[in-house]
Amino acid sequence: MGPLIVNEIISSNTNLLIAFFIGIGFGFVLEANGFSSSRRLAGMFYGYDTTVLKVFFTAAITAGIGLLFLSLFGWIDLSFIYINPTFLWSAIGGGVIMGAGFILGGYCPGTSFCAAAIGKLDALAFIGGILIGIVIFMEGYPLWEGFFKAKYMGSPLLSDWLNMSRGLLAFLIAIVAIGMFWVGEWAEKKFARDDYEINQH
Amino acid sequence: MKEAKKYMNPYLGGVLLGLVLIVAFWVSGRGLGASGAPKAALVAGINAIAPSHTANTAFYQEYLGGHAHPLKSWLVFEMLGVLVGGFLSGAVAGRLKFKVEKGPNVTSKVRIIFAVFGGILFGFGSQLGRGCTSGSALTGMAVLSAGGFITMAAIFGTAFGMAYFVRKLWL
Repeated sequence: MGPLIVNEIISSNTNLLIAFFIGIGFGFVLEANGFSSSRRLAGMFYGYDTTVLKVFFTAAITAGIGLLFLSLFGWIDLSFIYINPTFLWSAIGGGVIMGAGFILGGYCPGTSFCAAAIGKLDALAFIGGILIGIVIFMEGYPLWEGFFKAKYMGSPLLSDWLNMSRGLLAFLIAIVAIGMFWVGEWAEKKFARDDYEINQH
Repeated sequence: MKEAKKYMNPYLGGVLLGLVLIVAFWVSGRGLGASGAPKAALVAGINAIAPSHTANTAFYQEYLGGHAHPLKSWLVFEMLGVLVGGFLSGAVAGRLKFKVEKGPNVTSKVRIIFAVFGGILFGFGSQLGRGCTSGSALTGMAVLSAGGFITMAAIFGTAFGMAYFVRKLWL
């Protein structure tokens, strides 16, 4: 049955309309969890607030295991799910640059839009920066095109690399995540700050 | 001023975010994203202002060749929804307010400068890495994509590694 768009159950215009509603759900959940707060997001890297870790990994596990169950019930054909291709060097290089942007700027793109929507001016500045950064990439494209397209590996799954089933990998990730949640809860007590009161923004 | 409501329990929030992601997979065959939307808006804008420039520049030729109209894209509609959804949540919880959020020991000016600089890096990095925290890391992990895990590790590893050196910004 799913994905609906691939099986032509909905039209491409309907798909765009649904994208808008999916976005509302995405933005609402991000904001309701405080992803609209740069201090909360940065708190992840100092241990005083590990909400990012908890929400991020719970979401990845829920969606990952949910997909496997939908597939098991025959409700979705996993072969039609888009999987990002892996270009090894740009995946690492892009990630390193994004990580620097994250700790310096206090947001990532999705969270900055969410924060700007409730009036955070630092998020608006971050979005301005995003636009500049993308223009630099597009205008200077020939300079990094080689690096961008280097070491293409297709669209491999981590489970293929590790030679295990999708289900087993998802299960192992869930176990690792529970361990990280435990560390996160510990860190929030250990690195708690007097000047940071959760839920006070 | 009325006190803002508390944030959601993060584990409940994670489950809800995971469900949103599943709906995206089930309906559209793809996960969530973010950075593709500002790129589409920029391409559309630059193409409208300077069509001769985009016609003669490699990146735009490639991009416009593969898209009907840059703004008629899934991510653009999704990100418009993010603005609406974020606003609704903030309105319900009493968190709508113009402010510069910053660490206790920096001025608003410093905060804004670093926000712009961080945004530039994230904007550039998201293009190089073919997706940001949403499209590459979160969605990639959910579909068990090897590249998703690599990008996720690179983003969070770098941010953790740099955190100590820029602690004055946040602590």
